[in-house]
Amino acid sequence: MVSAVIPFLFFTVFWGIIGFVVPILIPRSDNRALIQTLVMLTAACCYLFWLCVWLSQLNPLIGPILSKDVIWMITEYW
Amino acid sequence: MGQQLRSEEMTLCQLFLQSEAAYACVAELGELGLVQFRDLNSATNAFQRKFVNEVRRCDEMERKLRFLEREVRKDNLPIVSFGDNPEAPQPREMIDLEATFEKLENELNEVNTNAEALKKTFLELTELKHILKQTQQFFDEVGMGPWSTSNPRGSKKYQVGAIHYHSGSERAWDDDGILQMADGGPTHDEHATLLGEDARGQPQNAAGAAALKLGFVAGVILRERLPSFERLLWRVCHGNVFLRQCDIDVALEDPVSGDLVSKSVFIIFFQGDQLKAKVKKICESFRATLYPCPDTPTERREMSVGVLTRIEDLNTVLRQTQDHRHRVLAAANKNIQNWVVRVRKIKAIYHTLNLFNLDVTQKCLIAECWCAVNDIDRIHYALRRGTEKSGSSVPCILNRMDTKETPPTYNRTNKFTAAFQTMVDAYGVASYREINPTPFTVITFPFLFAVMFGDCGHGLIMFLFALWMVLKEQGIMAQKSKDEIWNTFFGGRYIILLMGGFSIYTGLIYNDCFSKSLNIFGSAWSIKKSDLSNDSSMLLPSKNFDGTPYAFGVDPIWQLATNKIPFSNSYKMKVSVILGVMQMTFGVMLSFYNHRFFQNRLNIICEFIPQMIFLMSIFGYLVLCILGKWMTYYENPSCAPSLLLMLINMVMFSYPASDGTCITESFYTGQQFFQVILVLIAMACIPWILLAKPLILRKLWLAQNGQYGTLNTVQVQQKDETQIIYNEDGTIAQQPAMQETVVNNAGHDFGHGITLDNFDFGEIFINQAIHTIEYCLGSVSHTASYLRLWALSLAHAQLSEVLWNMVLRVGLNQDGAMGGIVLFLMFGFWAGLTVMVLLLMEGLSAFLHALRLHWVEFQSKFYHGEGYLFAPFSFESILHNAELEDSA
Repeated sequence: MVSAVIPFLFFTVFWGIIGFVVPILIPRSDNRALIQTLVMLTAACCYLFWLCVWLSQLNPLIGPILSKDVIWMITEYW
Repeated sequence: MGQQLRSEEMTLCQLFLQSEAAYACVAELGELGLVQFRDLNSATNAFQRKFVNEVRRCDEMERKLRFLEREVRKDNLPIVSFGDNPEAPQPREMIDLEATFEKLENELNEVNTNAEALKKTFLELTELKHILKQTQQFFDEVGMGPWSTSNPRGSKKYQVGAIHYHSGSERAWDDDGILQMADGGPTHDEHATLLGEDARGQPQNAAGAAALKLGFVAGVILRERLPSFERLLWRVCHGNVFLRQCDIDVALEDPVSGDLVSKSVFIIFFQGDQLKAKVKKICESFRATLYPCPDTPTERREMSVGVLTRIEDLNTVLRQTQDHRHRVLAAANKNIQNWVVRVRKIKAIYHTLNLFNLDVTQKCLIAECWCAVNDIDRIHYALRRGTEKSGSSVPCILNRMDTKETPPTYNRTNKFTAAFQTMVDAYGVASYREINPTPFTVITFPFLFAVMFGDCGHGLIMFLFALWMVLKEQGIMAQKSKDEIWNTFFGGRYIILLMGGFSIYTGLIYNDCFSKSLNIFGSAWSIKKSDLSNDSSMLLPSKNFDGTPYAFGVDPIWQLATNKIPFSNSYKMKVSVILGVMQMTFGVMLSFYNHRFFQNRLNIICEFIPQMIFLMSIFGYLVLCILGKWMTYYENPSCAPSLLLMLINMVMFSYPASDGTCITESFYTGQQFFQVILVLIAMACIPWILLAKPLILRKLWLAQNGQYGTLNTVQVQQKDETQIIYNEDGTIAQQPAMQETVVNNAGHDFGHGITLDNFDFGEIFINQAIHTIEYCLGSVSHTASYLRLWALSLAHAQLSEVLWNMVLRVGLNQDGAMGGIVLFLMFGFWAGLTVMVLLLMEGLSAFLHALRLHWVEFQSKFYHGEGYLFAPFSFESILHNAELEDSA
């Protein structure tokens, strides 16, 4: 379960930096507010989307149904 | 919420321009493009305005320039455009320009008339040349005796004619030959005689020639008219004429239209003057040109020599004329684009000056204009430059004015945001100083698009295509393509770039790359050889799942699973709801910033707060439940609560006792109590939104008006019946002493940004009711509407999978050298379909759905869109529009 936290932390910190630190670093110009908005929104959207897919697989209710060939291939090649 | 996210603060300004400096000032303002002039003479029609003559002169110049351009194009000279932007010329330069154009036009007209006349002569001479040649040949042939098919001009008719001539005395006819002669068919005898006669000039034929004196005319006629001409001749002259024709094998140029036409030479023999007159008339009616043709061969020969020399001379003259014309046009061509720009600028300036008012003293022009407050300095500066240029000593004056009118909406854009702004404006231009959704749309639009379009392969193609357009921007723009579809793509290049970029991201999350998955981090599902024993079974979460989900995106194992769709449906549906609720909440939040900006405390309390509570207590709760369910571990997965049933039961207040199916069991302790409270709160919000605002407004209005009692009531009574009812049942306090003080309560501000000039309770209440119904039903239907994110992304993923399996797989399954060829072909087919269907068609549909989600679901939460666009007077846009018109 500990290893499950690592990607969560990684992506949270990653998008957190983009969403909160990067906007501060944007140089002053006419478009500063615009660029800040864009960067923060991008971070919010991307993080939310990643979080949803990650959470949805955290406690799977169903498992994949695989055919015999596929199982064999997976055990051989993956 | 920064000022940058709203439209510019605008102000109405009054401009006093010295009449001698007005032109230069307006020119400067046109270059600047920051002010929108108002028409102060809207009552006067276009012909009564002050500068109508100047505008007319500009029109005339434009006409001449168009003529020049046409002539240039006729000569196939390339229209050169240096893309330079010459300044608007001084008014006095207009005369020079006019003179130049006049001179050029006259010169060209003269050259054209000359050339036409010369060409006409040339045509006549050429035709004459052909006639002489053909008739000479004919006469020669007649004289030379035995006819053979080797005759170069030998049409059937000549041969037939020859047979007739030679066999004339024996009267031995060749019926076939005669039938070929002409459909009208002359009698044999006449024919023979005719032929005998018309060769009378030949010394050898003296014997047969004596009896009749035949005349003939020769001319040229359009080839397509010939058959009917021939028929008419036979009919009118009862077959007493003999026509002989021969095609001219070179096409001749028509001097008027310049087209190439094919013509035929004919020669008609007849007897007597009466027939001659008839023949001539027919020739005339068929527009055949007749040429004098001498009787004797020597004269003919002389004439043809003369004609040839004249043609030679004429050719030289014609060539010189053409050269001259070409030189004139080439010289003009260098300047045409420059002139066009200058004339258009002059015209635009005079058009603008026509909007101005003349001062009483006639010394200065008064203009009114809208401009952004931030730009006033630049406008001042431009005015000063204009004054200096014109050499006027008195400066121009710019005064800010107060107005009750709603100013235009002016959102500054750059090349990156312009396309997005257009998209938002297409729905409705933002009301003045309302929050502009464009900065948010720039990200959320491509993002929602990508949720539907998620495939990193397709996204990459789209991204690279847009990147190419963005990098080659300058070059592509210089080409000025006229292809509408291409221009649409090019105009939206930044939208496409972001759509492609986000599609790559969502594609990676969906783990779809041309419908195949990438296994980067290693699947979270482990399989042992022992699992092979049972045939096609489900891997158990309790046994095969590692406990750590795949780090980035959907686990690649699902791509291989036969139950991929149930898994992705459940996931994508929930994501759609989460994203939808988030975006709608964001929209409602923005409405808060709008209310706060306009200092509308009433709207915050009576609209924003209950709306937010309503949305949160039902749909916010649903989102929390979704997240909660994801994070909870269920030992028995079949007992995981169904959120759909839960939501339905929550609204229905039905909490069935445990009936053995664990699916309806409660999610957490105290669920029933909590849910009942939430639904009750949501219900309470409906009357809050519906009633609070109208009632408070009514109370405020009463508080203001009640105290001045009857006078006001009487006044209102005269105006509006609905107001009387309302007044009568509401007013108690009457203080007659204050009657005089308030006669007019218009424009009274309550410190809430609400003006109650014409208060109409009925209207306000109905508006609020509509608003309430729209919002409450809307949040249900809009949440459902966001499910299109799931539907479209499912459709896209399935379509690309089908394409792979049905097309590319066929190619991949072949063996050997043949397999290579099949794969090659199949790949081409697959790639073509991928671009056409998956990128273009699917892309278009995802685009439209994303657009709808923004226009309806997002913007309806905060956006009024009742403004009108700021349309500044700018040479750039005027020239651009004129160019578009030209190319259309």
